[in-house]
Order: sequence, then structure tokens, then C-alpha cells
Amino acid sequence: MGEKVFAPWTDPNETPLIQFKNVTKRFGEFTAIDNQTFDIYEREFFALLGPSGCGKTTMMRMLAGFEAPSEGTILLGGQDIAPIPPNKRAVNMMFQSYALFPHLSIWENIAFGLKRDGLPKEQIAARVEEMLKLTRLEKFARRKPHQCSGGQRQRVALARSLAKAPKLLLLDEPLGALDAKLRQDTQFELMDIQEKTGTTFVIVTHDQEEAMTVASRVAVMDHGKIIQADTPARIYEMPGSVYVADFIGDVNIIEGRATPAGDGYDIAFAEGEPALHAKSDKKLQAGSTAYLAIRPEKVRISTERPDDLPNVVRGKILDIAYLGNLSTYHVRLPNGQIIKSQTANTRRLSNRPFTWEDEVWLGWTDTAAVLLEG
Amino acid sequence: MRKLTWFNTTALTLGFAFLYLPMVILVVYSFNASKLVTVWGGFSTRWYGELMRNEAFLDAAWVTVKVAVMSSTLATILGTMAAYVLVRAGRFAGRTLFSGMIYAPLVMPEVITGLSLLLLFIGIGMDRGVMTIVLAHTTFAMCYVSVVVSSRLVSFDRSLEEAALDLGCTPFEAFRLVTLPIIAPAVISGWLLAFTLSLDDLVIASFTAGPSATTLPIKIFSAVRLGVSPEINALSTIMIGIVTVGVISASLISKRSMLRQSAEERAADRT
Amino acid sequence: MRRLTLIAVPYLWLLALFLVPFLIVVKISLSDTALAIPPYTPELDLREGWAGVKEFLAGLDFENFEFLASDDLYWRAYLSSLQIAAISTFLTLLVGYPIAYGMAKAPEHWRPTLLLLVILPFWTSFLIRVYSWMGILATEGYLNQLLISIGIIGEPLTILNTNVAVYIGIVYTYLPFMILPIYSSLERLDGSLLEAAEDLGCSRFSAFWLVTFPLSKAGVIAGSFLVFIPALGEFVIPSLLGGSKTLMIGKVLWEEFFNNRDWPVASAVAVILLLLLIVPIILFQRNEQKQREAEG
Repeated sequence: MGEKVFAPWTDPNETPLIQFKNVTKRFGEFTAIDNQTFDIYEREFFALLGPSGCGKTTMMRMLAGFEAPSEGTILLGGQDIAPIPPNKRAVNMMFQSYALFPHLSIWENIAFGLKRDGLPKEQIAARVEEMLKLTRLEKFARRKPHQCSGGQRQRVALARSLAKAPKLLLLDEPLGALDAKLRQDTQFELMDIQEKTGTTFVIVTHDQEEAMTVASRVAVMDHGKIIQADTPARIYEMPGSVYVADFIGDVNIIEGRATPAGDGYDIAFAEGEPALHAKSDKKLQAGSTAYLAIRPEKVRISTERPDDLPNVVRGKILDIAYLGNLSTYHVRLPNGQIIKSQTANTRRLSNRPFTWEDEVWLGWTDTAAVLLEG
Repeated sequence: MRKLTWFNTTALTLGFAFLYLPMVILVVYSFNASKLVTVWGGFSTRWYGELMRNEAFLDAAWVTVKVAVMSSTLATILGTMAAYVLVRAGRFAGRTLFSGMIYAPLVMPEVITGLSLLLLFIGIGMDRGVMTIVLAHTTFAMCYVSVVVSSRLVSFDRSLEEAALDLGCTPFEAFRLVTLPIIAPAVISGWLLAFTLSLDDLVIASFTAGPSATTLPIKIFSAVRLGVSPEINALSTIMIGIVTVGVISASLISKRSMLRQSAEERAADRT
Repeated sequence: MRRLTLIAVPYLWLLALFLVPFLIVVKISLSDTALAIPPYTPELDLREGWAGVKEFLAGLDFENFEFLASDDLYWRAYLSSLQIAAISTFLTLLVGYPIAYGMAKAPEHWRPTLLLLVILPFWTSFLIRVYSWMGILATEGYLNQLLISIGIIGEPLTILNTNVAVYIGIVYTYLPFMILPIYSSLERLDGSLLEAAEDLGCSRFSAFWLVTFPLSKAGVIAGSFLVFIPALGEFVIPSLLGGSKTLMIGKVLWEEFFNNRDWPVASAVAVILLLLLIVPIILFQRNEQKQREAEG
């Protein structure tokens, strides 16, 4: 096709829109952000993902101007934003609670920021109409926030924060208050709007599925640090640490001792079990502790010993979690370790070849597992 | 639905009879034709007529309303500022003293507040009159206002103010365009409270009023010291009437708007 | 800059009109009575500089407080204020608790109306509410008329101008302050707690004493302080309903000031009244704090 893939972070000539340079934020004794340096590029949909208290919200509030870094600088378009108060920044925020002004109509809420800029009336009206159209709210312009449903309120908040055409839009758990079904629809709507407007989005969320769905890059955070920032696919397939592997999706972690073998390492994980082989270009010391992270859907389960797979273990089915389209088998190995295997239920339930307490074989390829250092 | 037991019914009936009977008697006897206040002499509105012709009472009533409007307005402005400082200003030097000075007047006996203000006014050589009563009432009423307003501010969603700043407001604009309209009901009830306290106050006004200004409570007090008077009964009935109509209509209005809001919220969730 | 103005305006106002006047009271309480205008010495004369301040300080003493201690009128006034405030607080509790309880147990759609009925008197003039009892309690008043006409008593009772009338006045005017905190603590009470107590073998009566009452204690304490603290310094009620023998400190202060024109003694009375109030106020604050922490 020849279409260029959107990946400005791989291009050394690209200048980032936002640069965090050795940013630390402390609240009294507590360090919320610990010496972080990273870049966000124009037109990106950047997700900050982590458990509550990991510092993701603080990161966002520093961009909005509600908190100032204790150390380090934040550049927006090459300019230090520390001296700029929130009302002068070309940054807008969509609040977790939406923060819609209850005494103003939807129309007035969206026009609020434009009026502050002192734009002429016709221009404000035109821009508000445009925003109402973008978020499919034309019919609700005269309503007050309390007369709107949760999903409509969410779209008002989005329209209001986009109205001033900010360089950067911050979204604090934008879908947190919606129910599961609505959330899925809204995720695609968000991506659509981001593409249409070409605005850079930074989203804060604790929902990994949401981050994976919407973001061009996901930054996994913990204890004030970004552990890994990469595309959703690479975060999932090539986690850089046990923490990231465990945080994103379901995973089997096997601990063992690594010895170099062939184009990777052999991992001895239990007495009397064959070593497991994984391809890796990491440099590990022989005999050091290492971890294998294997996604359950990459573990094949069978009644017969598979001949085509380099890694094979045997165990007994402990539990079966039936999810409709998928089933997850919890298999106990002789050393007590439990390995999960997930298969798609392409056949009817009654035809399932194995059940509780059955002895089964598990196998995976030498590229299925990611080797991680201890 | 729980039903009332006989005990609860009795407690409520007796309790509310105790609260309301004295005022009902007062109202009924204000229409007594007889000059002997405890003997019923037939229905008459004669005492209302006498009251309307009593220049001294009318003057005092005018002074009282003037004082109440001025002091409650000032108290609302100062009290709202004080509430904002208490809830939002964070730490500053002398914060403990400040919050102490907000809460102390609420428990200070009126005789002490009145005495101390009088001594101040004499000390700085200020002529006592309407102005000194206004200053005194403003000072103690602003504390009540700030308690009412700050309890509303505490539950105020701060992200609304942040959203206003984010959309380009200066801090003052954010207060004027977002915070103030939302806390307006609390500010209004603060004003009403300050107004009522000022209308009602006898002790502080007695200390701080000079010979040139007499308020209605001072007038009533000096009249009733000598015993029950039919004119005062009429005056009391008028005052009770105004308060009753005011409070009941205020509560009906707020109840209706609450009902409407919750109906609209239910309707919105269905769409 | 704006923040500074915002803090400074109410701050300076309160300093000038609350703290400074109060310090003046303390200062005058340490001065001597004089036949002059103003009727006390010494006066602080700042034109003489440091010497003036020194002379001024030398002129202050505790004479007024010694005078208060030596004259048993003041002792008795303090003690009787404490006694009247304590007895009427207890009576208010006895009257107010059943009302609050009845309100909390009333059907939910009644409660806003009942609450309004309790709050309404609070907006009505305090003076008028006290005054309304004068006609009822007088010797030829409505209460005596009623009691004589139904034959309970032969001779009219003397109630007005006694301490009994003062008790009635305090209970009546401060009742809402007692009902509201008790009601709010009872209303929050989870109904299933009582069912659990009865399920575990309590009778209705013992369930009340073992579960309901202890859980409404915070409301009872708050209500009691809200009645006790203002009752202690009360002036209007004892002067309208009390007799010449009713001694309350607020009334004494008023008379010292307006009738005897003894400013230093009136100030000293005020200082001691305030010292008397500090203990209940601190206890009250503690109780509030504890409740906030329990809720937070």
C-alpha cells in the first residue's frame, strides 16, 4: 500500500509536542512522580495506564497547570509551561466528574471557553454548532446538564473541552462513569473524534482494555514511574518486565534458572521437568534467575503429546472457566505450578475432549514465551 | 411503611402543642377588643389600628429594617469572603486565629459582645446611632453567614472551578461565573439568617444604639417589661405572620424545584 | 495579591470589631472606677511614649476581681446561672428527646414537614416567643384561668417572676436546638439494628436503652451544649420571666453597666463569664470533632 504507519516516536527528526525532562513531583514526604523523562508527539493518542495512586493523574494535572513540578521542566511545543497559569495554556481538560456547570445549558457550557477568549458572537455560535454536530448533541443544546443522561453528559464534556481547539486535550478517566456497553461504543467514538480533529490526546485510565483500544501508545505506570511506554501490541506481546506482563491481560509467569542455549536460553524451572526453551536476544548470565511470560492463548492443550512443539509439560486439569466464546483451563503441573491455557470454543460444549481431573499435555513454541530478567 | 405508635403520636402532639400554643394564644388575643389582655372582650382589630398610629413604633420599625438590610448585606459579603478563605485559601499565617474569630462570636454571650463593642465605640469616640448598630450586627452575623456558606463550599466539586480556569477564566472570573451562581442558595440563606438575626437582636442593639436610634426590639422590650400589652400582641402577630409566610413559601419553592429536578433527571436517564 | 486582599478584608474586620473590643473589656476590667468620662482610670496615653505605657500598666490591678470575689452577690449569681442553665438543659432534653424520637420514627414523607415545624420558631423573634409566656404564666393569666376553671386549683399559682418561669422560657426558646441534633443522629440510625436487638432477645424497651439511646448520645451531647452555652449568659429570659430574686450573670452584667454605670466591674463580670464558658465550649468542640472523625 505504501501508506506510512503513524509512529513519530521512531523518527529521530520529529520534534515532540510535549517533553517531560527529569520531572519530579513531591507532596510533602510523598513522591508522586519520580524523575521522569519522556516525549509525546503531535496527533498522538497517548494513554497513561496504572493502578490508582501510581501518579498518572498528577502527570495530567501538571500538564493542565493545576500542579507545578517540584523539579525538572515540562515543555509544550518547545516552551517551558511552568510560568503559564492554567487559564492561559493551550491545553484543555476533560474532567473525570465532567465538571459541567450545572447552572448553564449545554450550549452555554460549550460556549463558555470561547466567550472567555472574547470571540465575536457569530463565531462562537458557529463553533458551538460545529461541536454539537461532532458529538451528535444538536437536539440537546437547550438542556441543562441534569436533564441529560450519563452518555450525553460525557459528550458535552468532550465538546466543551474541544471547543477551543486546544493543542493538547487531557482526558481524566473519560469513560469511567459509563456502563460497560456504552463504554465500548464511546471508545470508538473517541478515536473517531481524535482522528477528525487531529488533536493530541492524553488519556488517564486504570482500565487496560480501554487504553489498549484507544491509544497509539500506552505508558504503564507504577509508583510514580513509567515502567514501559510503547504501542499496545508491543506492550502485550513484548512486555519489558513481569509487572507490565502481569498488569496487561492474563499471563503465566514461570520462574527458573537460565542457561544460554542456541539462539536463546533454556530455563530449568522444576526438578524432573525438562528445561523450557525460549528465543531471546537478551544477555543473561548463565545460572541467573529469569522469568518466562506466556499468554494463555499461546498455550496449546491436548490429550496427546504434541510432537511439533519444543516446550511440552504434562499436568492435571484443576478448573475450567467457561466464558462462552473461550474456555480457560487451569492445569496443575506435578511441581504444583498452575499454567493457564485458553482455547476458542469452536465446537459445541458436549464435544469437548477433556474435563476436570483429566491428564493433559500443554505445549508452546519457542517464540510464544517472553524471557524477562529477574 | 412504618406506622406511628401511640407513644410517638403523643410525643409529637404534645411537643408541637407546646411549641405552637403560646404563639397561637398570642395571635388570638391580638384580636381581643378588651384592654384587659387576659380577658376576652370580643373580636376587634382595634389594636392594629392603634399600632399603625403609634409613630414611635413605626420609626423604630423603619430603623430596624434599615439596619437589618445594611448589616445583612455587608455580613453576607464579608461572611462569604471569610468562608472562601476558610475552605480554599489553604494555610496562611494566623489561620488559627482567623477561624477562632469566626467561631467564637457564635458562642459568645450577647451581653459580652454588646459590652465590648460599646466600649470600643466609646474608646474611639464614635457617635452611637444607626451606623454603630450596623457595624455590630455585621460583625456577629458575618460569622453565621460564613458557617452556612462554608458548609456548602466544603461539598462543592472543586473540579468545576478547575474546569473554569482550564477554559480560560481568571480566578476571579471563575468565582463570579461558576462558584457564586452554584453556591447562591447558601449565600441567600446566609443573608436571610443575617437579616433575621439583626431584626431579632435586642441585647447587642441596646448596647450599641445611642439615644438617636431605637430599634423595634428595644422598643418592644421596654414596653413589655411593664407587662403584657395588646398593642405588642398585634405587633407580634404581624411579625409571626411575615415569618410564617416567608419560611413556608421558601420551603415550598425549594421543594418544588427539587421535585422538578429529580423528575427531569429520571426522564434524562430513560432517553 | 488578590488572595491577600481576600484574606485581609474579613481578617481585619474581625480583628477590629471582635478581638480589639474584647481586649478593651479585659483592660477595663483591670482598671479603677472613676467619676469621669469615660468612667474609669487609667487611660492609655500614647503621646507620652514608653513612660505612658509603663504608667498605664502600673495602674492596672485585679481589684475588680477581688471585689467580685468578696461580694457574695456575684458568687451567687455565677452559681445560680450555672444551676439554672444545667436544670433547664436537662428539662429541655426530657422534652426534646421524645419529640426528636417521634420525628425520626414518623413516616418518611412527613419528616420534611415536621422538620419545618421545628425550625419555624427559630426564625420567629426570640423576644416575642419569650413574651408570649408572660400572658400565659401571669397570676391572672391563661394557665391559671384554665386550671381554676377545671377545678384543679382553687387559688392562682405564682409562676411568673420565679425561676420556674425562667426554666419554662429556656426550654421553650431553646427546644429546637435540642431536637435538631438528636433527630439527625436518630434518623441516621439503621432500623435493622433494632430488629437485630429484638431478634437477639431484647424487649422493645431494653432495645431502646441498649441500642437506640447509646447511638444517639452524640446528638444528645451536642444538643445539651447548644442549650447550656447560650442559657448561661442569657439576659432576656430572666429579665422578662424571672423575678427580682432570679440571679443570672447576664442580667447582673446588664444592671452593673446600665444601672450602676460601673464599667470596670461589668467588664470583670464579662471576663469571668467567658472563663466559665471556656470549659463547655472546649468540650463541645471536642464532641463535634469526634463525631466528624467518626463520620469521615
